[in-house]
Amino acid sequence: MVDITANCAGIRSPNPFWLASAPPTNSGDQVKRAFDAGWGGAVWKTLGEPIRNVSSRYGGLDLFDRRLIGLNNVELITDRSLETNLAEIADVKRQYPDHAVIASLMVETRQEWKDLVERSIDAGADGLELNFGCPHGMCERGMGSAVGQEPRVNEEITSWVMEYSTVPVLVKLTPNVADIRPHGLAAQRGGADGVSLINTIKSIVGVDLDRFVPYPRVGGRATNGGYCGPAVKPIALHMAASLAREPGFRLPISGIGGIGDWRDAVEFLLLGSSSVQVCTAVMHHGFRIVEGMIEGLTGWMQDKGFARLDDFVGEAVPAYSEWGDLDLNYKVVARIDADTCIGCQKCYVACYDGSHQCIHLPEEEGDELAVRVPFVDEDDCVGCNLCNLVCPVPGCVSMVEVGDEPELTWNQLTASTEISASR
Amino acid sequence: MPGFIRQIATDDLRGAARTILEANILGGSCARVCPVEVLCAGRCVFHHEGLPPIAIGRLQRHATDAAERAGWRFFEPGPPTGRRVALVGAGPASLACAHELRRSGHEAVIYEKRALPGGLNTTGVAPYKIDAATAVAEAARVVGQMGVEVRAGVDVGVDVTWQELLDGHDALFLGLGLGDDSRLGIEGEHRRGVYGGLQLIERWKTGGDDALDGVERALVVGGGNTALDVVRELLALGVPDVTLVYRRAAADMPGYRHEWEHAVQEGAKGAFGLRPVRLVGANGRVAGLACVGTAPDPDDPRGRRLLDLPGSGTVLSAQLVVVATGQAGQEQLLTGLPGVELERGRPVVDAWQQTSNPKVFAGGDLANGGKEVVNAVAEGRTAAAAIDAYLSEEGS
Repeated sequence: MVDITANCAGIRSPNPFWLASAPPTNSGDQVKRAFDAGWGGAVWKTLGEPIRNVSSRYGGLDLFDRRLIGLNNVELITDRSLETNLAEIADVKRQYPDHAVIASLMVETRQEWKDLVERSIDAGADGLELNFGCPHGMCERGMGSAVGQEPRVNEEITSWVMEYSTVPVLVKLTPNVADIRPHGLAAQRGGADGVSLINTIKSIVGVDLDRFVPYPRVGGRATNGGYCGPAVKPIALHMAASLAREPGFRLPISGIGGIGDWRDAVEFLLLGSSSVQVCTAVMHHGFRIVEGMIEGLTGWMQDKGFARLDDFVGEAVPAYSEWGDLDLNYKVVARIDADTCIGCQKCYVACYDGSHQCIHLPEEEGDELAVRVPFVDEDDCVGCNLCNLVCPVPGCVSMVEVGDEPELTWNQLTASTEISASR
Repeated sequence: MPGFIRQIATDDLRGAARTILEANILGGSCARVCPVEVLCAGRCVFHHEGLPPIAIGRLQRHATDAAERAGWRFFEPGPPTGRRVALVGAGPASLACAHELRRSGHEAVIYEKRALPGGLNTTGVAPYKIDAATAVAEAARVVGQMGVEVRAGVDVGVDVTWQELLDGHDALFLGLGLGDDSRLGIEGEHRRGVYGGLQLIERWKTGGDDALDGVERALVVGGGNTALDVVRELLALGVPDVTLVYRRAAADMPGYRHEWEHAVQEGAKGAFGLRPVRLVGANGRVAGLACVGTAPDPDDPRGRRLLDLPGSGTVLSAQLVVVATGQAGQEQLLTGLPGVELERGRPVVDAWQQTSNPKVFAGGDLANGGKEVVNAVAEGRTAAAAIDAYLSEEGS
């Protein structure tokens, strides 16, 4: 039997799927419905001094008929009173003692942090998440990503909170930095129990071509918002993995960014996250998506023979290497399956114009499928994958391993060159 | 539905199959035989956008076929209760009911007249929709995984009496369907080359068949879905001329409109407003069907009653005549079942599929008069929940 209970930085939940701090966790009613649907935890919409929001607030990026591959927002933290939020947190915890409720917090002064930390814990929060990531609005007031971009400030506020908190504390990091590692290490120095990342990415999601105003439009103006959704997953995976493999970094990670199904979640877990947080996919498809996430994760673990999450969390971290440690002698070439090829020639065009000119067309011309199937010059093929990536037919272009030269990396090559040069 | 589509889309075929089978243990046959055109696909929101509907039947088939191939096991029998339920007929209603009864830990014994389980999925739905092997394999999976006992070749009323079934079990579920093809009751129906619709489909599905040798023209009498199944199958089997004979107008046919439209595209002809009166032939073989023209009786306010048109007699020649005008019902058999009130030959059931004999439940075609497989499955599930409740009340 597969056990998917999660423990991230001491915060336990029936499964690793948490709702991220965002509109889906704005109220007790939503969080209860989410728990009923199967979510293991919820990070409450950030508590703080209530704000006033604007209208509109969200902007979407579509790719042809795929809606919302990216979502951008200019919504701020909770606009409900602290009393209301805390009462609802307490009510949720009474009804769902085994689920994880994490209070996301954002205030300014040491005294405010002390009060908010203590009141959140009194309400029953299982953990705290410090919002050092919000990249719009709040950062103009010296909070959110303004904190997350300054390791010294991050460390100091974290250390305040650690002084007052009796429950695990996660520091939520902003991706709007050149290198995530100093910021994760700052949270660690401040005493945090774990980090969560990424928060949203500073962005302009589009421009109204008639009004000359960016999206989302607030009357005649707009501002930069926070970008999230499927399109940010690669950035999030990199940042989470950068910390996971950083030798000096030892904190648990809650992974966030573009997770929409069980496969995305497993990727984050393999790269070192011990829980994952989801927002955009729920805003798009509703709480119900967690059913498929739980079942998919469970089935995959069964297939792989994993009994619990710890059996594979971080399993892909060691394979994440420096470029200089990649094997220069490993070689793949493309093979096109003439039986399934539909003759669209997208691989040919992509290779000819966009890559390395190794795919060719038959000499004979015509519309017959037989003379439309391109072929690969395997001696020239550099094994870049592009034809495989653009081919619309599943399984038609495969990348086949060739050659058996011994491993040789750039770092080995340059080390030996230096040695020979010094001689 | 959105759940299993998403599971397929995210590489979790096993999860998709479980989602489907949790809702409908015969999801595999329903994926083939359900009239999605009038159910889900007919109501797909994509229609409102001018797009083709999601191919839900094929998606469901993709997932359930994978489950059948891999032999995935999703359900386990419950802890034994020591209670024993008899189910008559091994069709969809009884299979669904037995599956749920086993999940609750009750023993389930199916009595089936035929050698093969699966009911009309095995013998009565045209082969172009589902072949017998698929239906039998699905039934065998339910029976095998859940430990249902099947007594095949047992004809209730002949080999075992109702009283024996009642005495030997704690409850009884009737899922025996509607019985043999109705007959027209006209002269010449005994002739060679005359078949009932279900009789012919069963021949096609479960054995060698020579019924089509030398057939240039076939007539199919009836306007329901079995008649349409036979028409389409005959066309698929290469009969050059297949004509449907119906006593009312084409628009009055109770069968699905989309099936008739497909049949016409495939070459079917229709002879409407004709009432068969005699089967003609020579040497004991059928050679044609004599009919009279009909028209609605102008004095009938509902317009249902038909009048024969004087001087409208005609003979349609044919080497094969298939009578698909419904099933005869089980009235005679059921009158031997004590305390079960019948109406038009069917047991009267409440919302929980319970008959007027509290120990007896019924579902599927027998109880609903002939609907889809998915209806039979739903009624079997409902009955299982009711039987479970009945047994626990009775036991306490």
